[in-house]
Amino acid sequence: MVTLNDYLALSAILFAIGAAGVFVRRNLITILLSIEIMLNAVNLTFVAFGRALGSADGQIIVFFVMTVAAAEAAVGLAIVISLFRHRESLNPDSFTALKW
Amino acid sequence: MGSEALLFYAFGAIAVATSLLVIGQRNPIYSVLLLIASFGALSGLYVLLDAPFAAVIQIIVYAGAIMVLFLFVVMLLNAPHEDTDYDERVHPLLRPGPMRFGAALAALFLVELVWAVMRHGGEAGQFAGGAVSSVAAIGRLLFTEYGFPFEVTSVLILVAMVGAVVLARRDSDVDEPSEPSAW
Amino acid sequence: MTPLLAAQIGLTLVVFVALLSSAAGMVYMERKVAALLQQRLGPYLVGPKGLLQPLADVVKLMFKEELRPRAADALLFALAPIISATCAFAAFAVVPFGGDTTLFGLLPEGLRLQVADVNVAILVVFAIASMSVYGIVLAGWSSNSKYSLLGGLRSSAQMISYELSYGMALAAVLVVGNSLSLTELVNRQAGTWLGFIPRWFIFLQPIGFFIYLTAGVAETNRAPFDFPEAEQELVAGYHTEYSSMSFAMFFLAEYVNMVTVSAVATDLFLGGWHGPFLPESLGWIWFLIKVAFLLFFYVWMRWTLPRYRYDQLMRFGWKVLLPLSVANLIVTAAGVLYFGL
Repeated sequence: MVTLNDYLALSAILFAIGAAGVFVRRNLITILLSIEIMLNAVNLTFVAFGRALGSADGQIIVFFVMTVAAAEAAVGLAIVISLFRHRESLNPDSFTALKW
Repeated sequence: MGSEALLFYAFGAIAVATSLLVIGQRNPIYSVLLLIASFGALSGLYVLLDAPFAAVIQIIVYAGAIMVLFLFVVMLLNAPHEDTDYDERVHPLLRPGPMRFGAALAALFLVELVWAVMRHGGEAGQFAGGAVSSVAAIGRLLFTEYGFPFEVTSVLILVAMVGAVVLARRDSDVDEPSEPSAW
Repeated sequence: MTPLLAAQIGLTLVVFVALLSSAAGMVYMERKVAALLQQRLGPYLVGPKGLLQPLADVVKLMFKEELRPRAADALLFALAPIISATCAFAAFAVVPFGGDTTLFGLLPEGLRLQVADVNVAILVVFAIASMSVYGIVLAGWSSNSKYSLLGGLRSSAQMISYELSYGMALAAVLVVGNSLSLTELVNRQAGTWLGFIPRWFIFLQPIGFFIYLTAGVAETNRAPFDFPEAEQELVAGYHTEYSSMSFAMFFLAEYVNMVTVSAVATDLFLGGWHGPFLPESLGWIWFLIKVAFLLFFYVWMRWTLPRYRYDQLMRFGWKVLLPLSVANLIVTAAGVLYFGL
């Protein structure tokens, strides 16, 4: 019997994995991917709670989160492209100087 | 109920394993493909949660559109691996400085989250009967109660589109009319 | 193992084998129709009237040497045709092709001729179609050759551009049909108006049908939208470096995608398995006839129309087809609201 707690625990694990990716990885693309993992973990929480409370609000919020994630991925990747064109590197440590 | 638990553990294991591989891979293309697999597993979990609409738009939007965008960017940039020779020899948890701190922080975060979730068991644990899963009901709710966020989201997407085009433009394109692009 | 379960498993196998043989049949039909359109004979040596030509082709492809460029990424190179072929077959899983049939009284209740009856079937077809982009873009990337990379990127850009119009045309049909389930949409097209005009959605959505078919042709990378695999431009586009069975899988994927697009168009616009003179349980015969007609139309277009250049293709997709499909959706929604369908 799968309870709500199981889904929440799975979501927490995925969120922690995404957060670990953001902390540890030194590649801009992988950092953006880890952010997507975190957003997905949150989506799972919303859908699980929507099911548990018997309302459709969970899926609607998921719809909005997905849209925002798409917009953020697009703008984030555009920034990564222009950074890469400038420094030929995807390592965030090479962008520590505040001058362009 | 045995098959539901089996499917939950199967999809959950795939999602966790592929997410771990995403953050562990060196090649960014493999990371993107593994993340697509993770999204597929999550879509399966949404189907288990009686949310077919969320499952299908997860595949259409996330796995089918956003990840294609990531893949295009990785391919066009010919993204290099970020690791130097030193990084390939030493495990992240053993490297000095920010990376060890970051890895330890992530482990601590995981322990905290799981403890917080498992603490409140019992009465909130079981799923209530009946789920609202028809797309018609979702649509009705989306356009009546959530009408304002819906319109704001469309403006957000427009802003993001314009922003992405402007940010990714080459500087030379600003001054002169662009020469015919290569493709 | 109830008889119904056994029948459903048998149905899955029958659909799989039917898709494989439809690809083989398409190979023959394409070459024969192309030849007749060009006033020549086409295959006539192998078997009576050349009917065994696909078999000869398959045997030849199986015996060719399997090559892989040394600098190609081995895992992705092997994975790309698998993704293409899998998505092509999986998309057909939710397409219904017949009414309830009891297999001449062997079964206690009707078995719907559909592998999986999902109540969001249209969205599932759309989702799996958007996954098939990966097969092409990975093939282009992993081959590590400039023709393949350019062909793969162009082809996937074309596919994701035409997916928008595809989805909007589907949305217009949803507005008219009031349901996402393909079976229900087909059942709404039963019966006739005035006794002889069938209640097909093509009469309610003529522009939608045109948009859907055009976007479907572009999605499956068929002429006149097949610039990414045009021989004169890009050698063979994304499948340049593939040989033998991997190449056969791409070919198979392309033909099965064509069959799926035709089948979904039949279900949505041409009334599915409903037709005069035949009882419901033999409706799949009508379905086959309609799908065959659409496939002939595909082949006819390929060998009649010149190929679009890539920028013309993209301009058409974004500046003509997308506004047209949005306008179609708005007019349809207004019409449904006003006329109360």
